[in-house]
Amino acid sequence: MQASQNKNNEQMLTSDGIPLKKKLSKALFRSRLRAFGLVTPLLLLISIGFVFPILVFLTRGIYNDTFEKYMVNLTPVLAEWNGISEPTEEMFEALVLDLVWLKETKNIGKVASRMNREMSGSRSLFTSSARKAKKLEAPYKESLIKVKKKWGDLETWRAMKVTSHSLTPVFLASALDMKYTAEGSFIQKSEDRRIHVKLFIRTLEISLIVVIAGLILGYPVAFLLANLPIRISNLLLILVLLPFWTSLLVRTTAWIAMLQGQGVLNDLFVVFGIATDEDRFTLIYNKAGTLISMTHILLPFMILPIYSVMKTIPPSYVRAAKSMGATNWTAFWRIYFPQTIPGIGAGAILVFILAISFYITPALVGGQDGTMISNFIDYHMRKSLNWSLAAAMGGVLLVIILFLYWIYDRVVGIDNMKLG
Amino acid sequence: MKLFKLTFATVSALFVAFGANAESITVVSWGGAYTKSQVEAYHKPWSQKTGNQVVSEDYSGGLAEVKAQVESGNVTWDVVDVELSDALQGCDEGILEEIDHSTLPAAPDGSPATQDFLPGALQDCAVGNIVWSTLYAYDKTKFDTPPTTMADFFDIEKFPGKRGMRKLGKAMLEMALMGDGVPAAEVYDLLGTEEGVQRAFAKLDTIKDHVVWWEAGAQPPQLLADGEVSMTITWNGRIFNAIAQEKQPFGLVWDGQIYDLDLFVIPKGSKNKEAALDFIRFSTDTKRLADQASWIPYGPLRNSSIPLIGTFHSDPSIKMIDHMPTTEVALKNALQNDFEFWADNGEELNERFNAWLAN
Repeated sequence: MQASQNKNNEQMLTSDGIPLKKKLSKALFRSRLRAFGLVTPLLLLISIGFVFPILVFLTRGIYNDTFEKYMVNLTPVLAEWNGISEPTEEMFEALVLDLVWLKETKNIGKVASRMNREMSGSRSLFTSSARKAKKLEAPYKESLIKVKKKWGDLETWRAMKVTSHSLTPVFLASALDMKYTAEGSFIQKSEDRRIHVKLFIRTLEISLIVVIAGLILGYPVAFLLANLPIRISNLLLILVLLPFWTSLLVRTTAWIAMLQGQGVLNDLFVVFGIATDEDRFTLIYNKAGTLISMTHILLPFMILPIYSVMKTIPPSYVRAAKSMGATNWTAFWRIYFPQTIPGIGAGAILVFILAISFYITPALVGGQDGTMISNFIDYHMRKSLNWSLAAAMGGVLLVIILFLYWIYDRVVGIDNMKLG
Repeated sequence: MKLFKLTFATVSALFVAFGANAESITVVSWGGAYTKSQVEAYHKPWSQKTGNQVVSEDYSGGLAEVKAQVESGNVTWDVVDVELSDALQGCDEGILEEIDHSTLPAAPDGSPATQDFLPGALQDCAVGNIVWSTLYAYDKTKFDTPPTTMADFFDIEKFPGKRGMRKLGKAMLEMALMGDGVPAAEVYDLLGTEEGVQRAFAKLDTIKDHVVWWEAGAQPPQLLADGEVSMTITWNGRIFNAIAQEKQPFGLVWDGQIYDLDLFVIPKGSKNKEAALDFIRFSTDTKRLADQASWIPYGPLRNSSIPLIGTFHSDPSIKMIDHMPTTEVALKNALQNDFEFWADNGEELNERFNAWLAN
């Protein structure tokens, strides 16, 4: 009797005779499809306009086929060469052939600038030799060395061998202040040329300080906002939001006016006798300037999540704690504070990730020791035109952020984050 | 590469609104008083003559934008005002259109353009516009005895106050050497050696704590006017305008100046190539080059323009010829920027300069 009832249950049918389970999953599938349909435009926009171009650009950091593409004859010959023995006549001949062709097709500049990144001074070596390449006669080794002595150097050929590989770690190595040699080993660059590692560390340091400073400044503000009568707190909230709505550029420029040598703050210091007129504080165009303006600009991102979490905490908890004899401090620290941690987590990670890729503010107020890694990515994008290196640096930065995000997830737990 | 082009083109098509239409060309220059001189002397008369519109855009130098536009196949700039080194590099890399010099207008006396232009002013892909100078200016109110040499710029004891410098190795390293007593003629030979580079950085070290670094050309006159610095490296036209037009108490020191050429180029694949060529032909004729000199003291690159140089547009008592980078006084200890040197060593020296800055 009981068994047959179970059987009946399993085959519960809807009015049109289809098993309920099947019908339910069908309905769910349809609603999922509808949901997916609704987000499709956004998904397409993000993948075509954001994810795909970024991935394509990042490949430039490990792939650069300029040399292979244009030095058609030399590349296969270089691949056979061991990188130690004296370059052969065959190699020189291939080189001259390529130079003549590059000159004719007006592509010599591309190879020359690619080579110049590997070996300083090889731009003119390539362009001037290409100009004369057509008139050169065999034996090419002798005649080419006569044009430019540098062709006789083993180093020139080793640099060409490194450059001839399209899939290459040279840019990643360079992004980490290292040099990739023809033997396939990495060596550290000389001290006066090391800069990127230092900048990565400084970027992390600045971001971390901004998070901590934002927390110290933002937490009491959020607490005040959450606990004042609604009429006053709304007014105060506008004071928090007003700068949030103002352009980043305007706020940065305002800080320049405030902090510069002849600025408002320094004038006040002089009036109050804290500084003398000749010896004013340097508050901007350095790390201090970057820290102050970034903390201010990112403060709303810290206050708002904490505030919205605090709003949801019932005041009765703290009252209950106090009624059981807790001091103000214990009630806050043991009861109130733990409940705000999701807000702190959300604010901290939001501010940290925004700060790590900050760019305009450090560019304007950073001076020499307040610039960050993003400013150098920008430098290689716009000034030195070394897009491969920029892509490699961007890739390293992305990996660092993902790694920190993973650590955050392990330690704090991303589910613990709450934006409201 | 192809994939990259395709992506870029798709993205541009998605996000960029329609570019300039056929009746207007986009001319890109350095902004501020310099662009103003070009708008007055070139853009307005050309628009009047042809009925075409000129859209003026500012940039801060370099080939990055041109390269990005050409590589993505979405060229929105038609004429760009570039430095000599960029004109040559861009031509080598095939991102600039070649310009036929025989189509340029002849001088009034009939001599062809190729003879009328100064040496170096006509390149395969570029037509010369002006000669300009990087030098230093000072605030007259700050010093009883004015500075006169490059060495004074690096003398914090004798001439106290902050210094403004461009955040770039180019020109700063040369000036450091000249400030250390190296004659202009020997600067590039020395800078080609490790010892010379170290000497330049050692000289920069002596004022490093007193430097405010600038990046855009409009900044140095502002830094001086704000009292942020007492001396600053600057471009001669900008500072002249602050003196002549805004009556600022600034002085110029020509000792150790570095002069360079600016040229017009056309990015490869410009949609309005013919109009752009016409604009360049028009703007670099004898009269227009002389006209722009009455707005800013940058020297015209045609021999036939020099006798036509007039007075400052808002003050007829100022003879512009006296303020050019090419006067006898200005050229006494002057250096011409060596584009080949920077094309070869720029990568390495700028890297070292940046590392030096960050330390």
